[in-house]
Amino acid sequence: MMEHAELEAQIEQWRGYVQRRQAISAADVDELEDHLREQIADRKASGLDDEEAFLVAIKRLGNLDAVSREFAREHSDRLWKQLVLVPEKSDDAGAPPWRELAVVLAFAVGAGIAVKAGMAWLDDGAAQARNLGLLVFPFLAGYFVWSRRLPPRVAAMLLVPFAVLAVVVNVYPFASGGSTELLAVLHAPVVLWLLAGVAYAGGSWRSDSRRMDFARFTGELAIYYTLLALGGAVLVGLTFAALQVVGVDLEPILAEWILPFAMPGALIIAAWLVEAKQNVVENIAPVLTSVFTPLTIVMLLTLLVVFTAAGGLVDVNRDLLILMDAILVLVLCLLLYSISARDPLAPPGLPDALQLVLVVAALAVDAVMLTAMLTRIAEFGFSPNKIAALGLNLLLLVHLLRAAWLGVGFLRRARPFTQLERWQTTYLPVYGAWAAVVVVVFPPVFGFS
Amino acid sequence: MRIDKDLVAASATPLVLGILTEGDLYGYAILKRVGELSGGGMQWTDGMLYPLLHRLERLGYVSSSWGTSEAGRRRKHYAITPAGRDELASRQQQWSVVAAALRQVWQAAQQPPAPAVGWA
Repeated sequence: MMEHAELEAQIEQWRGYVQRRQAISAADVDELEDHLREQIADRKASGLDDEEAFLVAIKRLGNLDAVSREFAREHSDRLWKQLVLVPEKSDDAGAPPWRELAVVLAFAVGAGIAVKAGMAWLDDGAAQARNLGLLVFPFLAGYFVWSRRLPPRVAAMLLVPFAVLAVVVNVYPFASGGSTELLAVLHAPVVLWLLAGVAYAGGSWRSDSRRMDFARFTGELAIYYTLLALGGAVLVGLTFAALQVVGVDLEPILAEWILPFAMPGALIIAAWLVEAKQNVVENIAPVLTSVFTPLTIVMLLTLLVVFTAAGGLVDVNRDLLILMDAILVLVLCLLLYSISARDPLAPPGLPDALQLVLVVAALAVDAVMLTAMLTRIAEFGFSPNKIAALGLNLLLLVHLLRAAWLGVGFLRRARPFTQLERWQTTYLPVYGAWAAVVVVVFPPVFGFS
Repeated sequence: MRIDKDLVAASATPLVLGILTEGDLYGYAILKRVGELSGGGMQWTDGMLYPLLHRLERLGYVSSSWGTSEAGRRRKHYAITPAGRDELASRQQQWSVVAAALRQVWQAAQQPPAPAVGWA
């Protein structure tokens, strides 16, 4: 039967089609294919040609929807995809299944040791804060380098900016408690995170789709990290309560040992879980974004109303401006995450309209903030904090304006969704560059104050 | 003649179990045997056989094993288990009762009302 290339192609196509049904497992497809081929062989023996035999066999197999429903009734568990962390049978890939787990655990423990050692050697709290990201980053990047078998060229590409950052953060003579130091503490992790993105993308960071994967990964990582943190908190809390009854106080051990190991370790484990589950829990992102997009719109509108009622923001203190920046960054993350979760080929719908409303609301808030900031700068003059905040707000403004423009185009069906998607990924490195500027250039310009 | 699909569904389990008492078989061969036994009258949707076989396997009436066909493809063979034989016996009794009842009904229906014949 092998010489019938067209028939083989048709069967292959049919296989791919059936395989997409969640309720029908790969083994079931094998079984059905065996059936199909037997039926075809019998039809051909009775005088039909390849094509006719295939058509009859497919018809006799029945409506695929109905058959797959019947499979689903029998195997309803399959509709809940199972996350298999350690595959039962290793394929011919070589690595034994437990090795990956061992390597991940080693990276997680390594990150814990690094943080613990950093805390022991750097007695100054500010120095600890500046170095925290630097201590964890090598292990996260190391995991990506290991799991993606990255060539040394890429590893070196990561190492150079990392080293520069480490030197800058530790050599600059920051004034104690100065704002440039605080800015460096806040912005260094952003640079490191985008560097981790380069490792995640396997070095092909110019690729838009890999960048989108990284945005998706970041969102899923946040969810998994939160879940791990919640579970860990419950566990620790119960242990504490139980031991307290017996009269043992765990508090010093928590601060000294449990948190320094658990927090960075959980990051590595969460990264691994996200990688392992990729296709298993695919539906959580759209659900989360469709729940939180309307809620965030309500939040932004409330803020806007309150600000307008208060008659502008000139008298408002600096903390509120920082808080608002944080909110806008969060909105941006939500936007990016929801875009990453959307099927680019689907026609525009209500969620896209809501997304546009979200962008416009964020734009309005950003405009209010920018006005307030410029007023403050005009009144009180420049400071590193204000410039950093102003820069971030301008970046957000450009990002949101273009996103709104492309979003309107998409809703009016004048543009494909991919343009909106591509804009996000294209713009992403700008934030990294700005964060790097804040860490590296700001301190000397403002005299490390 | 097409057989009503509810009737096909109701008879599917005893039919499959009964066919498997003749020997281990794979899916396509089971369907072929169904066709032979019913003279082509019972047309199943081929794809529906497999969820049924999987259900019987879950219930413990049949066991399955992967083998290879003459052409070298993976092929799943089914065999009836002792529990399957018990189930078949129980189904057989049920069907005998149904069949006996039906037979009497058919006979009654075929005989025209007796007194009317002679007087017409």
